[in-house]
Amino acid sequence: MRLRVNPIKCTAHGLCAELLPEWIALDEWGYPYVDGQELPAQLVKDAKRAAAACPVLALKLDRG
Amino acid sequence: MRLLSAAGPGRRAHEAAHGPLRLPSARTIVDHVEAAGLLGRGGAGFPTARKMRAVAAGTSPVVLGNACEGEPGSSKDGVLLRQHPHLILDGLQVAAAAVGAREAHLCTHSSAAVRSALAAAMRERNDRVAVTIHEVPDRYVASEESALVNFVNTGVPLPTFTPPRPFERGVKGRPTLVNNAETLAHLALIARFGAEWFRRVGDPDEPGTSLVTVTGEGQRSVVEIETGTTVGSVLTGVGIRGAQAVLVGGYFGAWVRADQAWDLPLTQRDLKAVGGSLGAGILIALPAELCGLAETARIAGYLAAQNAGQCGPCFNGLPAIAAAMSRLATGPWDDRSVADLDRWLTSVPGRGACRHPDGAVRFVTSALNVFAEDVVRHRRGHRCADSRRPARFLPLPQEVAA
Repeated sequence: MRLRVNPIKCTAHGLCAELLPEWIALDEWGYPYVDGQELPAQLVKDAKRAAAACPVLALKLDRG
Repeated sequence: MRLLSAAGPGRRAHEAAHGPLRLPSARTIVDHVEAAGLLGRGGAGFPTARKMRAVAAGTSPVVLGNACEGEPGSSKDGVLLRQHPHLILDGLQVAAAAVGAREAHLCTHSSAAVRSALAAAMRERNDRVAVTIHEVPDRYVASEESALVNFVNTGVPLPTFTPPRPFERGVKGRPTLVNNAETLAHLALIARFGAEWFRRVGDPDEPGTSLVTVTGEGQRSVVEIETGTTVGSVLTGVGIRGAQAVLVGGYFGAWVRADQAWDLPLTQRDLKAVGGSLGAGILIALPAELCGLAETARIAGYLAAQNAGQCGPCFNGLPAIAAAMSRLATGPWDDRSVADLDRWLTSVPGRGACRHPDGAVRFVTSALNVFAEDVVRHRRGHRCADSRRPARFLPLPQEVAA
């Protein structure tokens, strides 16, 4: 499972970083750094929550 | 000379130079293009046959020619549009035949000269596949392939998030083959003369000819070269005997030190090896007496202003980088800004929907490397004499004649 942010939809609400601080950090303007590598198994549940919580649905969780 | 050999823009001159176009079968075209080893001439240098195969595999494909030429340092596509339009229009028919498309689009920026050249050429033709011409607003990012597709679909000339890329889902949601105008011109000739002919000149791994726009002090020309020709050979060929540095690939490319650039063969491979890029075939030779940092800062400002306003890291990061470069070039400079600039140059690339921020960062980073001695002096407050005068050597759109 991998996370991807759509940078056009993203408007820097920052919820993703709050819900998944182990994986997502925010830059100085509030926009997320989303590592596109394979998620460690123990983070997948929180990653799903983060993707669901994004107010603009910019964060997506994809298989492979 | 191959592409530029016709004596005039009309169909008669075109066929006198190249012979008539007889369209081979789709399979023959793609096989020829693959055997020819044609790489796209729009900047990315992607193998054209591979793109064709991907699009041909889809349903109801469409072809789109990109003759927008968004790089201010490039004039080659304009030369083709105005002086050799039948090469582009033939190429569109070849591309359409190759993928089985029944619909073709050609995108250009607005210009009366281009409009009338295309209209005159179209009047002389009887093409199998109808071509719709779109005039695209004059913005740097508008000619990015997803932006062109977006413009054709919605009227908005801004890049979209990918995937899906145009070859999967493009114009009207259909697989779309996007080719640069010069690539289409090469297709027009490969369809006539085949792969072996194409490979007869140029570098064995990246064969053929390529159009290069060369800019020096008070001069600009478009020349057709065999791939693998050295940068120095192209420059001296137009009378440029020396330079402080050479910008290779335009503002989406990189600065290269003159001594390193001079013997550099113009191939994707050789230029990538030095962090440069063949890009859209742009060479700009910076005269010795100008300040490379000031020139770069001015262009960084242009690139920042040209962002699409869609992605935070880009519309925040590029203006910040441009402002810092401007202070470094012409003052006032606070040396604590070095850490900020480093951070922005590292954190911005890869985080936008398109490669505009990546290109801008590559351009600026290469300047800081190539003009490193100037950076040291500027940081100490000893700016180049020239940086006190407004920089205006590197071309920007409003200054370039149509």
